[in-house]
Amino acid sequence: MEALIQWLVMTFPPLSEGLARFIVYVLYSAVLAFVAPVIIVVAYTYMERKVLARIQDRIGPNRAGPLGIFQGFADAIKMLTKEDVTPASADRIVFNLAPILATIAAILVFAVLPVAPGVIGADLQAGILYVVAIGALSEVAALMAGWSSNNKFALLGTFRAVAQLIAYEIPIVLAILAVVVATGSMQMSAIVAAQDIPFAVVLPVAFLIFLIASIAEIGRCPFDLLEAESEIVAGFHVEYSGMKFAFFFIGEYMHLFASAGVATTLFLGGWRGPFAGPDSLLGVLLGFVYFVIKTTAIIWVMMWVRGTLFRIRIDHLLDFAWKFLVPLGLILLVTVAIALKLPVLSTFVLRWVALLVANVMTALLMVIAVVALARRSRSAALREVAGIEY
Amino acid sequence: MTIEHATQIFAFVILTLMTLGGGLAVVTSRNLFHAALFLILSLAGVVGYYVLLDTGFLAVVQLLIYIGAISILILFSIMLTRGLMIPGQVQRNEQWWIAALVVFLIFVVLVVALWQTTWPIASEEALHTPNVAIGQLGAALVGPYAIPFEIISVLLLAALVGAIVLARELENHSARADAETGE
Repeated sequence: MEALIQWLVMTFPPLSEGLARFIVYVLYSAVLAFVAPVIIVVAYTYMERKVLARIQDRIGPNRAGPLGIFQGFADAIKMLTKEDVTPASADRIVFNLAPILATIAAILVFAVLPVAPGVIGADLQAGILYVVAIGALSEVAALMAGWSSNNKFALLGTFRAVAQLIAYEIPIVLAILAVVVATGSMQMSAIVAAQDIPFAVVLPVAFLIFLIASIAEIGRCPFDLLEAESEIVAGFHVEYSGMKFAFFFIGEYMHLFASAGVATTLFLGGWRGPFAGPDSLLGVLLGFVYFVIKTTAIIWVMMWVRGTLFRIRIDHLLDFAWKFLVPLGLILLVTVAIALKLPVLSTFVLRWVALLVANVMTALLMVIAVVALARRSRSAALREVAGIEY
Repeated sequence: MTIEHATQIFAFVILTLMTLGGGLAVVTSRNLFHAALFLILSLAGVVGYYVLLDTGFLAVVQLLIYIGAISILILFSIMLTRGLMIPGQVQRNEQWWIAALVVFLIFVVLVVALWQTTWPIASEEALHTPNVAIGQLGAALVGPYAIPFEIISVLLLAALVGAIVLARELENHSARADAETGE
């Protein structure tokens, strides 16, 4: 970005540096807020439908254009032309604001994603904490949507949604903290710069926790009890139709891309790759390409999980968050912190090996503990019900 | 006036409108849910102030704690208390004139205090050096301020345990009542 500003100042002499900086940042914000959502929604809804279809042994959309690539546009036109129904006793202003806030909360995360070497909207010192804070905004949007619908099912859906969102914020924070402890900084660009070896290799447990908790935060299957038609009749957006529902939909895909982008930055090395660096234009473009490829890979894994696993019940979901992921995250944080402070670590590689060993040990310990607990509860239940000694 | 200066003033005006307007709307709104939402707007304005003052960390922490936790708590408590959601509640009762007098006196005291204090103004270079607040904050929390930090965590633990005990006790009472009526 700085290079672009300097180039602008040199090419157009009447521009002062402040004005050039202003123009570049405003253009970048406009691209992030108006162009990126459209491209992301069109591309990733198509990809989702095709990926899910292939997993389910069918073809997917193939009528709207060659190989069905215009399906996204067809969906958009359909949503635009649907009738916009508002319940008679709903709170109009809040009802209209809720989907907008949901989408805004997702797009705001784009501002701190380092999409290319040197290209980042705001290199905050507490960049990764900003991502966590924006997740809190989407809870407010869910509350607003459910309450203003003036519908008991919507209210129940809201309570469940906020319970799920709050519950899964903590494992995300713990996984992020493990990365921050390993890096020593909360700045997104510093985290990318510290990943000579991607953190997914060094901190696999943190990566898994982050992925699982992100899928729950977005509200996708297997955690999509909030919007499942067989469970709660679309949850807190049951009264929304037409473009407002499309906004919730867009917000979900923005959140998907933002979470995958954050996972790429934290765990897969962001824009790093062969020949990607801030020195030349080709390096910057290559960095952007690597970022998009890595993000798409993570989104593909999330879609794969959606097509494979079944939906989890709300109490199992909350138990999983509070009784498994939070203790696992805490133990992981402590072991990572201890592993980094061991005095034997002189070389750089030994540090990462120590972290990897700590992670694997944590994972094994947790698996052993969970299996032992499950065996004990199952034998107790068997003894009680059928008198069988297991 | 440079464009940086102009954007800062523009942002300051918008944020002041958000904060003060939101605050005014909180106390004059007739719908309690709307009042809570205006409170969120007002707090978001304060987030903007922190950003203008180049303390990004405080801005994010304000967003995370005030809007992400406290506001949601307020919204939940409003939603779960049925009696408060009657729309069109009058915002005054008969004692409004003495409340207005007290508020006016507090206002006078605050204005006089703010006027008479000599505020330390940071030098020009301090305004432009980058803020390394987070590292210093972390070092302070485990260094000179370690004991208050530990006491705060004990307080949080007490709050958590208390919340769980309260919820569980209600459960036990209802279970016992069901058992009694069943037999």
